[in-house]
This record gives sequence, C-alpha cells and structure tokens, in this order.
Amino acid sequence: MASRAILQRRKGISVISSARWMSSWWSNVEPASKDPILGVTEAFLADPSPNKVNVGVGAYRDDNGKPQVLECVREAERRIAGNMNMEYLPMGGSVKMVEETLKLAYGENSDYLKDKRIAAVQALSGTGACRLFADFQKRFKPESQIYIPVPTWANHHNIWRDAQVPQRTFHYYLPETRGLDFASLMDDIKNAPNGSFFLLHACAHNPTGVDPSEEQWREISHQFKVKGHFAFFDMAYQGFASGDPERDAKAIRIFLEDGHLIGCAQSYAKNMGLYGQRMGCLSVVCEDEKQAVAVKSQLQQLARPMYSNPPVHGALIVSTILGDPELKNLWLKEVKMMADRIIGMRTALRENLEKLGSPLSWEHITNQIGMFCYSGMTPEQVDRLTNEFHIYMTRNGRISMAGVTTGNVGYLANAIHEVTKSG
Amino acid sequence: MSPQEESDCPRFDQAHSFSSSDRRISALVRHLTVPTHASPMDSISAAPTSAFGTADSVFAHVVQAPEDPILGVTVAYNKDPSPNKLNLGVGAYRTEEGKPLVLNVVRRAEQQLVNDRSRVKEYLPIIGLAEFNKLSAKLIFGAESPAILENRVTTVQCLSGTGSLRVGAEFLARHYHERTIYIPVPTWGNHPKVFTLGGLSVKTYRYYDPATRGLNFQGLLEDLGSAPSGAIVLLHACAHNPTGVDPTLEQWEQIRQLMRSKGLLPFFDSAYQGFASGRLDADAQSIRMFVADGGECLVAQSYAKNMGLYGERVGAFSIVCKSADVARRVESQLKLVIRPMYSNPPIHGASIVATILRDRDMYNEWTVELKAMADRIISMRHELFDALRARGTPGDWSHIIKQIGMFTFTGLNSEQVAFMTKEYHIYMTSDGRISMAGLSSRTVPHLADAIHAAVTRMG
Repeated sequence: MASRAILQRRKGISVISSARWMSSWWSNVEPASKDPILGVTEAFLADPSPNKVNVGVGAYRDDNGKPQVLECVREAERRIAGNMNMEYLPMGGSVKMVEETLKLAYGENSDYLKDKRIAAVQALSGTGACRLFADFQKRFKPESQIYIPVPTWANHHNIWRDAQVPQRTFHYYLPETRGLDFASLMDDIKNAPNGSFFLLHACAHNPTGVDPSEEQWREISHQFKVKGHFAFFDMAYQGFASGDPERDAKAIRIFLEDGHLIGCAQSYAKNMGLYGQRMGCLSVVCEDEKQAVAVKSQLQQLARPMYSNPPVHGALIVSTILGDPELKNLWLKEVKMMADRIIGMRTALRENLEKLGSPLSWEHITNQIGMFCYSGMTPEQVDRLTNEFHIYMTRNGRISMAGVTTGNVGYLANAIHEVTKSG
Repeated sequence: MSPQEESDCPRFDQAHSFSSSDRRISALVRHLTVPTHASPMDSISAAPTSAFGTADSVFAHVVQAPEDPILGVTVAYNKDPSPNKLNLGVGAYRTEEGKPLVLNVVRRAEQQLVNDRSRVKEYLPIIGLAEFNKLSAKLIFGAESPAILENRVTTVQCLSGTGSLRVGAEFLARHYHERTIYIPVPTWGNHPKVFTLGGLSVKTYRYYDPATRGLNFQGLLEDLGSAPSGAIVLLHACAHNPTGVDPTLEQWEQIRQLMRSKGLLPFFDSAYQGFASGRLDADAQSIRMFVADGGECLVAQSYAKNMGLYGERVGAFSIVCKSADVARRVESQLKLVIRPMYSNPPIHGASIVATILRDRDMYNEWTVELKAMADRIISMRHELFDALRARGTPGDWSHIIKQIGMFTFTGLNSEQVAFMTKEYHIYMTSDGRISMAGLSSRTVPHLADAIHAAVTRMG
C-alpha cells in the first residue's frame, strides 16, 4: 500500500485515502455456476486422453469429428468479401434475409407473406429470437405466463426468467417409453387457463429428440384452438431433422392452416452451420398488414436498447445463398447430407448396442429425431462414462449424435453397454 | 379435426382467391367449421380468445412505435428528390465523395479470414473471442496498465457499444448496491433506454452550456457532488455525443477526485477512441486516469466508428476490479447475463479486429487510416468555421472548431433546423446536431449558406 502511494504521488496523482474506494464494490459477487452444456466442452478440452469423445454440445461434426463449414457458405463468403460495405443494418435487420427466412418457415407461396401479415425481425440466432419475443410478451401481455415443456433446452428457462415472464411447465417426455407423454400433454393443454402462451419445439425436440406425430400435432392444434392458446414455435433444426425443410416445418404449417396466429423463432446456427454468426429471425403472425407494421416497430424498440441493430455479415451469407437458386440447391443438398449422416449414426449406434447383447431396448435411438438422443441414462451412469471412458455429455443423458462418427460409434456403444448392462 | 372431416368442409376454391380479402374470407370459412366428433366440453368456452371463428390476435392492442428520431432523419433524406440535399444526420463516417468507407486494413483482414480454410464458424465462448478481449483491454487501458498486468480486468466481447452498455447495466442491476445511473444532459438518445431496460433508474447531471456552447463545469461538479454516495455515473470517454464538448485534462482530474471522494462508480462509454483527436492513447486518457488511481470502473468500447465496422457489431465491455479474484467472479456473472440474451457474440467482426490488433504492420496501417478520418473531420470543422466567418454570419462560431469528434452541436434551434431542411434540403436532428463526417469541401459552402440564412432570417 505504502509503495503504491509513493508511486502515485510521483505521478502527480493525489491519493484519496478514504476507505470507501480502497475496497472492491464487487466483494459480494458469488462465482456463478457453470453453464451445464458449455461446461461439458470445457471439461472435454481439458482431458488429455486420446480416446476422449465429445457428445455434449450440439454442433455438427463431420465423420472425422471435425466442424464443417458448408461449401455454399464458403462460396457466399467469397462473393461478399471485398464487395460490401459494413454500414448499419436497420434495427429490424436485413429485409432480404428476413424475407427469405420467412419463406422457409411459412412456405414459398404463403398467403401470410403475400398479405404482409407477418411482423418479423432479424435476431441473434435462436436465443436472440426467443429473448426478443419474451421481452415483447412481457411488455404487451404483462399478465401472461409461458408454458415450457419438460424437459427443454436449459437456456429457455433463463431467457423467460430474465425477461421476467413467469414460467410453468407442461408434460412432454415419458421416461418409461422414452417417447412422448401425449395423454398428459393434452391434459395440460386442456387444464391451462384459456389464452395461455406455450413454447413448442417445431421439430427435433431438444434435448429428447421426441417429436409428436403429424396426427398428434393436429390434435394439439385443435385443442389450442378450443382453448385459444398462443403457440410460440422454437425452430432451431429446420432441415436438420428429416433432411427436408418442408417436412420439418409441418407442425407450423398445421397450426397456420388451423388459423393460429403463431410466433416463431428460427435459427441458422445448425442448418447452415452459421453458429458463431448469430443468425436468426423472430416472426409474429398478425391479423393484417397494419398490425404487422405496428408489432414490428415494437420489436425494434426492444432490439434498439439491447444491441441497436443486428450483425450484417451472417445476414449477407444467408441472403446470398437463399437468393441464388444454385446456391440454395447446394445448401439443401448439404443439409440433407448432414441429416442423413446423423440418421446413419443413430442406426449404427443402435445396431452396435443390440449386437453387444444389451438387455435394454434401444429403439428410441432411431425413433428419436434430430441432433440429440435422450439415452435414458442416469447422471451416475453418465459420470461413469466420463470418468472411466472419457466420454463427455450432459448429465441428463443427452447424446449429441452429431459427435458420433464411424470411428467412435463402436467405442461409444461399448462404453454405454458397460455402464448400463446391469440395468 | 381429422383429415376426413376437413375435406367435408365447404371452402373457397383456392384457385379463384386472388385478393388478400378473398384469401382472408376463405381462411375464415375453414376456421368456422365445427368438427362432428368434438366433445361437448370443447365448445363450452367462455373466453373471448377461444375457439372457432376469427383468430383474434392477442397483440391487437399493440400500437405503432414512433420513428427513431435519428434514423428518421435518413428516412426523410432518402425521400427528398433535390440534387442539393445533404445528410448530416446519422453518425457514420463518409468520405470526401460522401461514400461509406471500409478501411483498407479491414479489407486485408477480411481477405485473410476468407482465404483461411481452417477457419470455422463455431460458437464463440459466451464472453467472446479471448484474443479479441485481451487486445481490446490493452487498446483502451494501455498495454502496460497495472490493472491488466495484475489480472484485475475482466473483458467480455459484446455487440458494439450498445451491447456493452446493456450487459453492463444488467450486471449492475443485479450485483451493485446502487440502482441509479447519472447521465449527462444531453447524451446519445439511446442511453436512457439501454439503462432503463437494463434495470437501472436514470437521473441526469448538467453537462452542456448552451450559452457558451461548451462545458457547464460548475453545474457538472455540483450535480455529481450532490449525487448519493455510490451512484453510477456515465461518462463519455472522449468526443461527447451529441455535443462534441469534452472536459480538459485538468477538468477530468477534478472530476476524478470528486468521484473518488464520493465513491461514485464511473461507467465510461468509449465509442470514438482514436477518432476524436486522431491518437488512440490521447483519446483514452480520461479512462486511464481513473484506472491509474487504483479504483474500479466500467468501460464500454465500440469499434463501429474507429474501425468502420458499424454493422458487424463489435465491442467490448470491461470491468476494472480491485483484485484478480474479484475479476474472475465478476466474469462468471457476466456470462449469466449474456447467455439468456444471445448466448454468445458474433464471430466475424471480432475476428477482423483481432487480426488487425495482433499484427504490428496492420495495427500501424490502421492508425494511419484512423488519423486520416479524424483529420478529414477536423479540416471540415475549419472549413465550415472559415466559411461562416467569410459570410459574416452573426454569432460566435468558434465552438465548431473547439468541439471534437464526429458531431457539432451548432446551437441552432428546431425552427432554424426545420428552415434549413425546407429551404436548403439539409437533414440533421432537430437538436441542431450535425455530423461533420457527412460534410465535404464541395458541400461546406451550401451548409454555410443555409446556416447563414437560418441565423439572419430566423434570428
């Protein structure tokens, strides 16, 4: 302390000796608990074992376990670099990017698009889209709550909590079947007060991979109509689930046909591999164009004090690809290739487990869809996988199938069999 | 409704539905159909939002928000057909030819990134690109800053200045014992909203003196002096927006002493480092004085203007703490603010910045281009001042060359501004703020004529 005081006097800065500013304002700040999902990757990176496998975070890997930049994206970047300026986008983001993105969710020839009934803004990937909607819900339906499925992506809870929208849950996953708890789900929809807000995963439910069938979606939509509920779709995996973007949007199309005025969060993180570019879109279907203009203006009012306007680079990539028929076709091929590889790994993992003579049923691995498999393993079994086999996943037993390769599927199956064979 | 029942419902023939009202009617008809297998309970629903019939929006009550005052200027400018129109509204740099500018060094960095096939687009960590964070801290605090050497600084990548301010505000609202932030009058229009939505309440302190078109230093000292102990104070690190009026170094020293004696917490907004004087270190002096006394502070940094990265949304938020241990804990809590907002920041712009800052040659090239931008603005100030003097425009216009940074607070009132827009097609915000970056040698005479006319005819 004394030497610092001398140093400071030498510099001509007077030392204020009041005790107040000598101590930190932040002494009472507790260390935050680690994010459960991202913490897995941190632990994986720190592990020196040559056998380690990361089936934790949901980022696509090729069959060599490497991250992949799509060719259509590389080409788009080549076209953009050196040609575009970096001026601010409008608060609602790139109009072109939003237009193309809405076509994906709502259909190329959607009446809603023709009639300009959709209020939509570019958002910071799926997270940003959900957060903007949650803030909008708080501001314009302050008395409302959000019903969130059990289980769901952990960050959903954080988002609506930080937006100060109270949360409730609804039944979704049935551990006994490792499938959908449809009866309880329908009960919860019926018992919720009329006009409740529900968060629905449009396809490839995260973390379970369990989606309602088309028939079940129709029943859900019907019951929503009866109750006047609001459906907010989080669609983070369009194209990535079945390989066909149109098919993956089926749930949304069913709701639109039934006349629901939905909200929708879309993300290009996985299906265009744009993870770190933070590319997404928030849309809200309105009664007419006038209302859509009003809603969009209010969404912008929420974005302005958060980040002013969204990033331009990723938006240019998306609009370059989707605006060019050749590039768009290339993209569709690459999305299908990613989805097919994952479906292939599901089959391989299940077959390996069955060949090992596992006493348990592993049907759910191929019944479930999308990036994740809800294995049904307990936290203790997951810990064994990590500690004994250097296999990293979240403790809820969620396996990111994107991290499975022909090179490690045998090792993974063997390890899972080891920790589960005694039931 | 099963598919079978749907097909029994009467519906408009889609092929004949051309207009939007036709389509709406056909949709309504589909929705009005009652399924035969519905249970009695299904139709007993008293709530107005339920069931068949028109799908009323739950957001029908939402009214249109007013236009952003600053961005609205550009909207009006774009509509004007006059060949003489001049946009002095939004604060983005323009060349002498009136074009947006991408720095050469930025193009170089971009090419490097594109050509590097090993680069991927994976998620950044929640707090962003580590190298970017380190380099940003060095840029603003100085590479040899004791705070950095002692690991007392936590820096997280955020979405430009706005994002940095918002993350900082949310952190303060959760972890700081005082919920009030004092902002100068005037300040950037978005500041109050950022802090309010971040969970703080906003009060003001006097800053600009319209009589002198300079700093109301006495008022500033009085207002900060009467703020409650521990209150947060927003300070523009340099090139105050919108006035261009900055304290001198001596005045900064007095502000520092006052704030430290009252335990007021400094929150710096640094949007123009290097852009104000043309020198990066000089423009960071105010912040470095506060760090040098060993105390704590918060800093929001933007690369929008000084690296021309506007739309890439590149910025950094730093907290200078008392100890490395505190800095670590603070960083972990910042992650909890960021994750439910956007998970992790965009990679592209931060990669460009890191590429430039880590390479000695590119860094030097950047400082040269930065100085050129700052110099062009300073020369515009002098040209405008000279032009007004040459016309004998009444009044003291020396503030044009005394103020610093992108903006000049002309002192013109809203009637004079409206006059200039109507008669001379000059677009600026109604508070009399002009963006010097929007001027060129070619257009200065037109602006000088307009100001002269406004002052002499509208007094």
